[in-house]
Amino acid sequence: MQMSGAQMVIEAFIAEGVDTVFGYPGGAIMNVYDEIYKQDGFKHILNRHEQASIHAAEGYAKASGKVGVAMITSGPGFTNAVTGLADAYMDSIPLVVVSGQVPMSLIGTDGFQEIDAIGISRPCTKHNYLVTDAADLPRILKEAFYIARTGRPGPVHVDIPKDVTAQIAEFDYSVELQLETYKPHTKGNPRQIKKAMDAIANAKRPLFYLGGGIINSNAADEVREFVHKCGIPAVETFMARGVLASDDKLLVGMLGMHGSYSSNMAMSETDLVIGLGARFDDRVTGKLSEFAKNADVIHVDIDPASISKLVNADFPIVGDLKSVVIDMLEQISKIDSDNYESWRETISNFAELHPLTYHEDTDRIKPQWVVQRVGELLGDSANISTDVGQHQMWTAQFYPFSRPRQFISSGGLGTMGFGFPAAIGVKAAMPEKTSINFTGDGSILMNVQELMTAVEKKIPVINIILNNNFLGMVRQWQTLFYDKRHSETDLSVQPDFVKLSEAFGGIGYRVTTKEEFDAALKDAVEKDVVAFIEVIVERMENVMPMVPSGGSLFNMMLLEKKETK
Amino acid sequence: MNENSERRVVSVIVVNEASVLSRITNLFSGRGYNITSLTVAPIPDSKYSRLTIVTKGSVRVIEQITKQLHKLIPVLKVYEHNDIVEKEMALVKFPITENITEIDTLCQAYNGKIVNVSETIVIGMVADEPKRVGHFLDAIKRYNPKEIVRSGAVALER
Repeated sequence: MQMSGAQMVIEAFIAEGVDTVFGYPGGAIMNVYDEIYKQDGFKHILNRHEQASIHAAEGYAKASGKVGVAMITSGPGFTNAVTGLADAYMDSIPLVVVSGQVPMSLIGTDGFQEIDAIGISRPCTKHNYLVTDAADLPRILKEAFYIARTGRPGPVHVDIPKDVTAQIAEFDYSVELQLETYKPHTKGNPRQIKKAMDAIANAKRPLFYLGGGIINSNAADEVREFVHKCGIPAVETFMARGVLASDDKLLVGMLGMHGSYSSNMAMSETDLVIGLGARFDDRVTGKLSEFAKNADVIHVDIDPASISKLVNADFPIVGDLKSVVIDMLEQISKIDSDNYESWRETISNFAELHPLTYHEDTDRIKPQWVVQRVGELLGDSANISTDVGQHQMWTAQFYPFSRPRQFISSGGLGTMGFGFPAAIGVKAAMPEKTSINFTGDGSILMNVQELMTAVEKKIPVINIILNNNFLGMVRQWQTLFYDKRHSETDLSVQPDFVKLSEAFGGIGYRVTTKEEFDAALKDAVEKDVVAFIEVIVERMENVMPMVPSGGSLFNMMLLEKKETK
Repeated sequence: MNENSERRVVSVIVVNEASVLSRITNLFSGRGYNITSLTVAPIPDSKYSRLTIVTKGSVRVIEQITKQLHKLIPVLKVYEHNDIVEKEMALVKFPITENITEIDTLCQAYNGKIVNVSETIVIGMVADEPKRVGHFLDAIKRYNPKEIVRSGAVALER
């Protein structure tokens, strides 16, 4: 069928089953927006900043498991979106981002709102395209969706000059993909899998090291079965929160810089790391030469480049995690869970020695209490997004996650301003769940304009602002490592967050006591509208435990012991 | 560059399409890998091009380079072999007043010859293993070379 490039974009989205597009119009993408106006195959959510459009698409993708889609214009529209692309690239989130470009005749002339978008997005996307002929568009869009969601997922950027969106060409979306150079691995090598299972059977102190790849591979059910049948304790990375339910007896906790004492000690004492879809990030390993020093390493990952990148893998297995774990489960009879009884005991002793906790020793509310309290009140019924900083770590530490895709946060890039727009995307993908965004008084202001998006589209995100009048995480490092020189981190001067939310048509609460917090949360959930709940929390609270940057996992700064609580 | 870093030749077969070369060079600069030389030309009667990249790095870095190259969507194959035939070409411009006979003899010793003579200059060409090309360039220093251009290595696995 003959149609314009702009119509092709719409038809391709509909053929891919896209139901929500996040974006912001502008000159170079106007032909496509004209077609969006005419169609009713999907809904478009107008964010108030292009960065927020990408984060919303990320939240949508992470919550739904589908490809997130965003649309932006050329020049500043595109450059605003770069942070989101980089964020999605670091966290392996499948996105297709379509940007407008100046007409072909103007490319290279420094035209109005022209920038070399493909040149800029190259290092922060899985792949990108500049479309120079509308006849290529069906193939390119189909490839873009395919590349985004297969293998190790990631963002794909498609840059379309304005004249190409007007050009008429043949549209046939049934074209067969011929990607001779892109064939992601799926099945793991059977011989390697057998060796790995033998290694598990022979280990005395094996430890599962669960990563976000499990969620990308939709393998949480299989991993839960595998962990339980083995009876082997498991630590989770930040990105893997929710793979095991928080009340799972075999879940030791989160490891890494702000991991629990027991998790970091377990990793330091294990003789076999069973790494599933994790990438040995520096925030996890601490000092590499001391990381799991006495252990062999099994590493299952779909990305060969992740294997032996930082920690040498003795048993490398390249493949889709779900498929590999299913193959491993076939040999489960090799493993006798009784063998690990004393190891499980050792780990529970670690947990008893230094449990993950905090002290209620000030008049002000402790931020950790807020996270725990939301967990008690909403638990599984909420999806939890966060921004970046102390509140993010407290959420990862203290929220009782019960399922994969419940926790949506910016892990690899650590993007302040991620939480609110992501929570909008999460709510759009899963409207039946309450969408909570834990944020800080620093982070919330980085995409606060999304109040307008959420209010306009009636997307009731509840933002819980843990307000300590500080850029808390940087303040913590300054306190601990910069001799308390709190350079540019004191946020004493602040907006009135209640009025701010109200100015956009949302509701706001400012709470200073636990009773007020309970009442505010209950009210916000019942009213089901966009809300800010500003909680005045203890200013100088630190995230503990903490492995100082570059230190060994077993050398943690710990919470001071107190008799109270 | 750490002490156990060594010179390696990596050959990459890529789809011959727009911006593929910048994908490769971006990867090297973005991840802090070293490029000593890079040559690229289309493979006859195919839609592919072949790059020969001479690089330096530890075993782990070289392994990462090959894996990261392979992750790029337009990359078909990455070869990183020990058993290769490797050649490089160099052109050198000398003043016409130098001893042309001696220069020609030297060029011939390194699989080359004089390829151009004008009123004021003479251009010699050699084609040999990169290391030997280096020796040649040392040897001709006393003939006052005005300009030197090296092609970068090309290689084929045996």
